[in-house]
Amino acid sequence: MRLAGCFIRFAGLSAGVLLGWPSPAVAVDASTIATQGNGRGAAACASCHGADGAGQASSGFPRLAGLNGAYLRKQLDDFANGSRENAVMKPIATALDAGERQSIAEYYARLSPPRSRVASAAAGPKADSAGALLATRGRWSRQIPGCDQCHGPGGVGVGEHFPPLSGQSDVYIRNQLTAWKQGTRHNDPLDLMKHLSAALDDNDVKEVSAWYAAQPLHDAGATP
Amino acid sequence: MRTRPFASGSLAGSRMLALGICAALGACSGKPAGEHASTPAISPPAAASARQANHAADPAPGLTAPDATQKAAFAPPPENAIPEGPYGDVVRLGRAIFTHTRENAGAYVGNGLNCSNCHLDAGRLADSAPLWGAWGMYPAYRKKNGHVNSYGERLQGCFMYSMNGKAPPLDSKELIALETYSYWMAKGAPAGTKLPGAGYPDVPRPARAPDFARGKAVFESRCALCHGADGQGRKVAGNYVFPPLWGPDSFNWGAGMHNVGTAAGFIKANMPFSRGGRLSDQDAWDVAMYMDGHERPQDPRFNGNVAATRKAFHDDPDSLYGTEVDGHRLGSQPLKK
Repeated sequence: MRLAGCFIRFAGLSAGVLLGWPSPAVAVDASTIATQGNGRGAAACASCHGADGAGQASSGFPRLAGLNGAYLRKQLDDFANGSRENAVMKPIATALDAGERQSIAEYYARLSPPRSRVASAAAGPKADSAGALLATRGRWSRQIPGCDQCHGPGGVGVGEHFPPLSGQSDVYIRNQLTAWKQGTRHNDPLDLMKHLSAALDDNDVKEVSAWYAAQPLHDAGATP
Repeated sequence: MRTRPFASGSLAGSRMLALGICAALGACSGKPAGEHASTPAISPPAAASARQANHAADPAPGLTAPDATQKAAFAPPPENAIPEGPYGDVVRLGRAIFTHTRENAGAYVGNGLNCSNCHLDAGRLADSAPLWGAWGMYPAYRKKNGHVNSYGERLQGCFMYSMNGKAPPLDSKELIALETYSYWMAKGAPAGTKLPGAGYPDVPRPARAPDFARGKAVFESRCALCHGADGQGRKVAGNYVFPPLWGPDSFNWGAGMHNVGTAAGFIKANMPFSRGGRLSDQDAWDVAMYMDGHERPQDPRFNGNVAATRKAFHDDPDSLYGTEVDGHRLGSQPLKK
């Protein structure tokens, strides 16, 4: 793990040099950034996302552990460039150089999905609830497919473009759907989420968020 | 766009799909053009009122996608209207086969597709070869096999070609369940009438002949996101979430979707997934040609010679089988799992 981290750090630095990125005065490795920050304005990831990358459900800080690395890297880039507007993440992402963004993304992609976020399906909405129907079947009268049809069965996540919904909190999912609706998040390919969220009303958002927040999070976690 | 529910003659009946995947019926509902030439088209007032009815059910018409006005027509019963009891159980089994085909009819499936890949919303969506548009059109004469086909035999074709598998017996529980699901969904639809929204739309032939290179560019910008740069789809836990569009796990050369015109209709109306109606006619034809210009499993009617098989079953300018595309004679190196 340590060796791998070193390699990634080295690779990131090498890429930075080749691509002409400014060399960080102090190279900070991913596990240090996660726990202590990079010393140049990026706070420790763990202070909000948890030591295990599980996030904080009540505050809407998302889980990062086990997500696709390319997806995480893109989000950091998008926080910095403003296509995903977020007052907390913008200064942090901006304070990370390209190599650090890459290595921190890979760091969280390698972490196992946190046990602490394993939800109990028994406590969740019923299989014939409005949220479940939206999640699995969609509402085609409004051109809305079931969320599972792109995010995978149970919202497990599919590749770098379709992140997992299972293992994320009700608050986080609601916040994202709202951000797409309001246009403060507009980093989705082909405007997929823009058009889908526009067709959902507040109750739909509430129902579907509650559904995914209650889905079990498997060890396989995020990405195939 | 005008619909042509039963389109294309040499195509197998199924029109598979490009993106989703598909299988059955409507897609499977392709029938040779002209087979129902004597069927009167639904009158414009009837069509208009059907669309209005559809909109009335829409909670917020103002936000409806621009293409939604093209959809519509017959409204199948809501899914929560499937009754309890033994009849409803078989309807539900049919729906389960339709949406999770390998899991529920695995003995007859030879690829990674589900019926619902090409017949969206579990076979309910207009312009996506809905089951309610196919049910009332059988029995029908089909040029594809030269005789009158029952609805059950039509479904068998879906399994042989679109699903690259084997035909379930007519009295098998799988076929009976799919028939029951179709019958339930078509409640109240007139029989023997080509309904608006049945089949896939007939996309006007574009000014320029479909082109592989232009199609590749469309594919890379609009389709690869889900289907992958190699068109092989994406799996989770062994099952495809996004279907493979060619290659060993896709539909075979006998499927209706291998016909470029059929595929253009499906794609124009339904792709990118949930964003149908946004590609130009030219782009839809080009990307259909790109998809159908790749190798896939052999036509089960293959007679030992590609040229002879083309002559016998693919004598249609919109079939690329046996022709050379991108330096390869299609059908000459069919893919197997």
